[in-house]
Amino acid sequence: MANRALDIAETGIAEIAPGISEWRRFRRVFLSRGLVVFGMVVILLFIFVAIFAPLIAPYDPNEPDLYNTLQNPTSAHWLGTDSLGRDTLSRIIFGSRTSLEIGLIVVFFACVIGITLGTIAGFYGGWIYVIIMRFVDALMSFPMILLALVIAALLGGGMKNVIISLSIALMPGYARLMCGQVLSVKENDYILAARGMGASNLRMMLRHVVPNCVSPIIVQITMMLGATILAEAGLSFLSIGIMPPTAAWGSMVSEARDYLSTLPILSFAPGLALMLVVFAFNMVGDGLRDALDPRLRGIL
Amino acid sequence: MISFFIRRFIQSILVLLIVTVLVFLAMRLLPGDPIRMIITASNTESFTEEQIAQVRHEYGLDRPLIVQYFSWLNDLLQGDLGNSILQKVPVSDEVFRRIPITFHLGVLAFVIGIIIGIPLGIISAVRRGTWLDTLVTTLANLGITVPAFWLGFLLIYAFAMYFRWLPVMGYTSPFTNFWLNTRELIMPVFCLALFPIASITRQTRSSMLEVMRQDYIRTAWSKGLQERRVIIKHALKNGLIPIVTLAGMGVPMIVGGAVLIETVFNIPGMGRLAVTSVLNQDYPYVQGVVLIVSVAVVFINFAVELTYGWLDPRIRYN
Repeated sequence: MANRALDIAETGIAEIAPGISEWRRFRRVFLSRGLVVFGMVVILLFIFVAIFAPLIAPYDPNEPDLYNTLQNPTSAHWLGTDSLGRDTLSRIIFGSRTSLEIGLIVVFFACVIGITLGTIAGFYGGWIYVIIMRFVDALMSFPMILLALVIAALLGGGMKNVIISLSIALMPGYARLMCGQVLSVKENDYILAARGMGASNLRMMLRHVVPNCVSPIIVQITMMLGATILAEAGLSFLSIGIMPPTAAWGSMVSEARDYLSTLPILSFAPGLALMLVVFAFNMVGDGLRDALDPRLRGIL
Repeated sequence: MISFFIRRFIQSILVLLIVTVLVFLAMRLLPGDPIRMIITASNTESFTEEQIAQVRHEYGLDRPLIVQYFSWLNDLLQGDLGNSILQKVPVSDEVFRRIPITFHLGVLAFVIGIIIGIPLGIISAVRRGTWLDTLVTTLANLGITVPAFWLGFLLIYAFAMYFRWLPVMGYTSPFTNFWLNTRELIMPVFCLALFPIASITRQTRSSMLEVMRQDYIRTAWSKGLQERRVIIKHALKNGLIPIVTLAGMGVPMIVGGAVLIETVFNIPGMGRLAVTSVLNQDYPYVQGVVLIVSVAVVFINFAVELTYGWLDPRIRYN
């Protein structure tokens, strides 16, 4: 009890009256930090822009306009135009689509495969654990971007291959996290009870083990969305990611390289959008962790 | 400690073997037939089936996969990473020529990350809730967010193009011109160090906070020890474990960053080599870089685990 009082005093988060519903408690903690709310707003805006890009963007993002190349910001082109006369703002708006799409698909695949492998490894233990986790260790010893580079080298660039390579690169993180979770959840009495009631292995995993490991996974997913978007931008920057003319923030920064001294906004603007979105996902991830895992509140 | 050492060593070797199998399979099984690569590179238009079969035989690609793997591994252990497809020179020559450059860059960034990150994390944990803590945490959160390649462009614009204080890009060996080398490295090292600084700060802060609420720290305070002594002697040593883990992850982190930063600043290191060879489809180089990096990562993780055993004797017996 003393410890708990100390925690609350330390974190400055007000004592929450007992009897309050989980959801209200979650909401109160989650929304208690300004940066988290800011992150949430940015993410919602990002999703909105990505979905309604064709309605919001003032120009066609891929339409060259050779009479108006490399324009400084004007009232017609708020963020100027690139070397082909394409409107920078419209390309940033459409770039949000690319980022969101890749982020969601990659995290989905990485998560499903990683969670399955991690759960199996943690649940069965023994040699299954050794094989799966050493495989995961081996994958983790490649730097993510290098792994993605190798896969891009073998399969070529483009949306599909970026998704495959980033999924493979991100999967081990989920497997390791899940495995650790399962190992600790497995020790609980309710698992023993379920086993005593004759639950099958599959049922135990799906009904009792996985649901109790959800919180850290949700936090990880949020953080990883940011990291994935950043990694995709990195690959596109190296021109082994999204292929032109599709608008992607990373390739926009790199295409603007030659005009850095004359028209810096061409590379500054997409990078800023990228940074804002990644920052938002990190902040919301932090907020979710605070709200879902009271033990870690305010520490990380 | 010795049995712990041996156990970990065997596990590391196991991981290394899996790494080699993965790299081998990736290069052999995925689309992008090595034969086609060799033939396309030799620029001859038409090849008969017979000639293809001959090339296949020449490179030993008609043997069973497992035999190929072991002969490949054997070459590897003797430092033979194969030949470049485009330049027809041994991959190892080029790779080993570039290792020192990336190493130079990476070690500087890593050391700076530790020298700045750990004290910032400690200060922020000790002064929790003050303006200093808020400032450090916000900066650290920005630091793990900012795209390194973009930051590189911002710095080039500001310090090389606008103020003209530093050279735009390039790399000169420190043995030829130390002063120019230092000036050239300021921006890339800063870009590369930012992520380690920020993540080490965050990790140090959180593990220090976790440790500082333990009973033995309260005991240390109540014995009337000085603040400095409590923090460094009692808290830091126990808080170091997660920091050491993070330091172990520093190698993939820094090599990953080097891939981007070497491209931005046109530095002829391993990262740049990996990128250009991917673009030129010169796979043996890619394979060489990946192998060298993963061997380094596995050995550093091994060292990290030994450090755990030293920092926390309980780990040795698990």
